[in-house]
Amino acid sequence: MVSYWKNFFLKNGTAVALFLIISVGVWLFMMIILPQLFMLDFSIRANVPPPKFGTEEHYYTLEHYRYMLFGSAQASGTFNVIDLTVFFRTIAAALFVTLIDLALCYPIAYYLAHVATGGWSRLMVLSLIVPFWVNEILRAFAFKIIFGSTGVINNVLIAIGILDSPYDFIRNDIALWAGLSYAFILLMIFPIYNAIESLDKNQIEAARDLGSSWVRIHRRIVIPHAKPGISSGCTMVFMLTAGALAAPQILGGPSSLWFTQIIYQGFNQAGNWARGSAYAIILLISCIVLVLVIMKIFKVRFGEMMK
Amino acid sequence: MSADVRLEDVWIRFGDFVAAREINIHIQGGEFFTILGPSGCGKTTLLRAVSGFLTPSEGNVLIGGENMAGIGPNKRPTALIFQNLALFPLMTIWENITFSLEVRGASKQERRKRADELLELIALPGQGEKMVNELSGGQKQRVAIARALCAEPEVLLLDEPLSALDLKLRQHMRTELRSIQQQVGITFIYITHDQGEALTMSDNVAVMREGVVEQISDGTTIYDEPDTAFVASFVGENNRFDGKVSSVSEGIATVDTAEGTIQARVSANADSQVNAGDDAFVFVRPEAIQFINGATVDNQMNTKVYHEEFEGHFWQIFLDVDESQKRIKMSYVNDGATRAHARGTELAIGFPMQSAIALPQGELAAE
Repeated sequence: MVSYWKNFFLKNGTAVALFLIISVGVWLFMMIILPQLFMLDFSIRANVPPPKFGTEEHYYTLEHYRYMLFGSAQASGTFNVIDLTVFFRTIAAALFVTLIDLALCYPIAYYLAHVATGGWSRLMVLSLIVPFWVNEILRAFAFKIIFGSTGVINNVLIAIGILDSPYDFIRNDIALWAGLSYAFILLMIFPIYNAIESLDKNQIEAARDLGSSWVRIHRRIVIPHAKPGISSGCTMVFMLTAGALAAPQILGGPSSLWFTQIIYQGFNQAGNWARGSAYAIILLISCIVLVLVIMKIFKVRFGEMMK
Repeated sequence: MSADVRLEDVWIRFGDFVAAREINIHIQGGEFFTILGPSGCGKTTLLRAVSGFLTPSEGNVLIGGENMAGIGPNKRPTALIFQNLALFPLMTIWENITFSLEVRGASKQERRKRADELLELIALPGQGEKMVNELSGGQKQRVAIARALCAEPEVLLLDEPLSALDLKLRQHMRTELRSIQQQVGITFIYITHDQGEALTMSDNVAVMREGVVEQISDGTTIYDEPDTAFVASFVGENNRFDGKVSSVSEGIATVDTAEGTIQARVSANADSQVNAGDDAFVFVRPEAIQFINGATVDNQMNTKVYHEEFEGHFWQIFLDVDESQKRIKMSYVNDGATRAHARGTELAIGFPMQSAIALPQGELAAE
């Protein structure tokens, strides 16, 4: 360990090494670890206004975590159906969005990495990236307009006779799923693209030459090779979707809450930072555990994902 | 089962670039056929057209008499061994070998059994559970062969598969490939830029240059009776003398060169005839040159030794011809008694006209 740091300084020079250590350290500690620690602290203390912080009223308690499960102390015995439903629906929807993104992005990534050439592939990459120059909120509103009752999609479907009257894409969460799927599409495409691009084309040809169908080539050769990229793409999309706020706020139907919206309410409307923190911690830990379990099931190792 | 392969008037173009030009080759079933040429001559392109990864711009590829147009690589009775082998690194050795059986839906027991048989054939018994990266270069090579053979192809296509191996292993694998080919009895089409491989293994060799087949013959004919200046300069070592033909009679051309008048056999191929007044090349193999020691030889030259190399079983001498200072190369068998000649030693050398070949001037192989 000592020799590792010594080497690090020798290799980069003192100035650069110090800069790297301090900047990464400050970033990691100030921006990530410290706020999370504060949140953790908030979440296990009574909800009091700031002047009373540190007084006896600011005691340690798990009541906010209990609230997530059972609701207020008065309503004992039954589960907190509302919050739990939103929580599980959010996780399920995030998983669903991740799967949609995977299904959409794998073919695109494969095409970019192994089929498209030269100018055509550059054009494709550009047309994938350019829409993301537009602000996230504006993009969400654009989806709202496209999927609205007088939006392009309804108009077209009515014009070609598939629908008689406008379909409410927003109330049925389709606009939300579409918006969320689109929001993180690049985070799915590029890791998979990187992984597939490093696959030797001869392996695909060899499998083809040995009589393999395209489906089997993907199942036996391309997907196993791209697994680290697929898992890192899925992890990012899942985490960010589960934690998304703007898109659910704008595109969500009136009756469908996203779990982050409940957290937001805790902080901003209910003035209950403690409960907001507890809920945020629950979401964070649940997502991490879920990702780890899924990685275990598909036998993905962390080290591979970093490649 | 082995099938013959026929290329009929095959042209392959990439835009304006012609990779293969009017190729006509007939490869007999069970033959070890080599396509030999420098890199970029179109030999791999031709192989890809046979395996089905590439469709000829014109002409037909027939395997076993059947036209392969419109038939994909996965449906052809061919198996290709790639230059980098392209083994599947995430599968075990036995899964690699029996991938073609997996494709056909064979049961696991059946695949294991076949893998064991093939591992026996390639002298790697009991190594089926290993992963690809646990094997050495030569072992990977053999696994690639087994994987291709497992598909029971009628034609095996090999794209410079030995080029990544070191010299000793390469020579060993040559013998091994040849014996595997004789055991399984299927047609081998072998691509290489290494003339040693071509000559040692093949029944027949096609020499290619810039998309054109220059000559198709068995190895000794390619070496002894080159049809073109390119073949003569590409296959094996050759000394080249440039000159003008002064007369031709009874198959012997008299060529005036800067090194003196040389009498040389005219190539047997009618296309390569040289006539009086033509510019010509005369090619003489280093081993055809002899010390004269007072005897009379058809062609004689006085030279001085520039440099001598000891190769073990033979000596190689670089000589400067007195008349023109042209450097030529001769080699002679080490009989255990000869010792190196000092630089500047005067040597009279000569060669019989039957071992000198006169060919029309043309493209030469890059030095």
